[in-house]
Amino acid sequence: MKNIIKFEKVSKSFGDLKVLNQLNLEVKDGEKLALIGPSGSGKTTILRILMTLETIDDGFVSVNNEYLWHETINDKIVPATDKHLQKMRDQIGMVFQQFNLFPHLTAIENVKQPQILVKKKNEIEAKEKAEDLFNMIGLSDKIDHYPHQLSGGQQQRVAIARALAMDPKIMLFDEVTSALDPELVDEVLAVLRKLAADSDTTMLTVTHEMNFAQDFADRVLFFDAGQIVESGSPKNLFSSPKEERTKSFLRKFI
Amino acid sequence: MKEVVAFYPILIDGTITTIILTVLSSILALVISFVVGLSRISKFKIIRILAIIYLEFFRGSSALVQMFFIYFVLPMWGIYFDALTAGVIAIGCNLGAYGSEVVRGGVLAVGKEQHEASLALNYSPYKRYRHVIIPQAIPVMIPTFGNLQIELLKLTAVASLITISDLTFMAHIIRVQTALTLEPFLVILVIYFIIASILVKIVDLIAKKFSKGRNIMIAGEN
Repeated sequence: MKNIIKFEKVSKSFGDLKVLNQLNLEVKDGEKLALIGPSGSGKTTILRILMTLETIDDGFVSVNNEYLWHETINDKIVPATDKHLQKMRDQIGMVFQQFNLFPHLTAIENVKQPQILVKKKNEIEAKEKAEDLFNMIGLSDKIDHYPHQLSGGQQQRVAIARALAMDPKIMLFDEVTSALDPELVDEVLAVLRKLAADSDTTMLTVTHEMNFAQDFADRVLFFDAGQIVESGSPKNLFSSPKEERTKSFLRKFI
Repeated sequence: MKEVVAFYPILIDGTITTIILTVLSSILALVISFVVGLSRISKFKIIRILAIIYLEFFRGSSALVQMFFIYFVLPMWGIYFDALTAGVIAIGCNLGAYGSEVVRGGVLAVGKEQHEASLALNYSPYKRYRHVIIPQAIPVMIPTFGNLQIELLKLTAVASLITISDLTFMAHIIRVQTALTLEPFLVILVIYFIIASILVKIVDLIAKKFSKGRNIMIAGEN
């Protein structure tokens, strides 16, 4: 299987705080990855770098065998232009912790508008796709509601539909249940579990839900201090972690 | 009072002129508000600087003097405007400066997460502002724009000083012709107040229209 994402010695600091330290990471096409670890360990930063919301200080990131933050012009590697970033972004979708739906649009308009504006679909194609997705997330009866008329869990499901409507090759889920009331977490995780099982899209999720990570992921990465401390299949990593830091982190969840 | 009422044709003319002056100046002010306000947050430094120069110049000097300048001084350099055009330019440019701050504030009030969400969906900067940021900023801007709209109406009264025959100008005429002072000014005071009340109502209606789907309470609703 070919790699779809590659981080080579990527570093990133916010002021004095080094959130990624010479990180190397390869993700195979279609792989489902769960990123776990204490807060501030750099998990979310990895997603934000891939979504081009955060620049990198050093190293190289490749998506689909092309540099993300660089491009080659006249055999020289130079920082990526806006045009290049726009081309690369087309392959990636992201769901945020705080949903970030457009509050002035109804649920279905939220899913339709990006398809029409960015993917140049016509109204009918966009509507069809949106209706299929609302069916999938189980919200067909809420399509004309505005975001503030929906619960957090429903909003997050719409946000997932909105990202999926763009047919990304890579989907990023950034702590998508952290902002939800506990009783709403399961409905969102159910959608994600279904997605992971049915789709061959590459998915990276940052999560604090260990049971979910176990079902969702082909591989789990444990992060601490900007580096991957340990990685492995969910079964191995959760039942027999090798590193002391992983053990002490997982103990808090049992 | 009867004498003043007898002058109703010129009072109607004056009212119409005041309304025309208000509407045209408002359109110009609105366009300038958006152009200058959005220039203030441009990523190009030179555009930001030009916008600040514009803002500080028009906000920092008297609207009346600006109007005199356009009407009396520019002709000395061969640039002629009729009185109404000069009035519209002066009032529009002046209120446009204040309005640009409203636009800037409204746009900056839209959270970073909305920018990130539209970037993640690969909206170009133009589409991001056109379809995501500005539609959310407008409901924030409307109440302040409403206040500026009333300010603008009141400012049109000074246009009578460059011979525009608006309400205030007509009141002066009636005063000269009838030797009455209280009555003509009392009448136009009421007319200004009525126009202002209508404007407030219109702004409310616009505010309601733009607030659809948003959880913003507008005075008088619910």
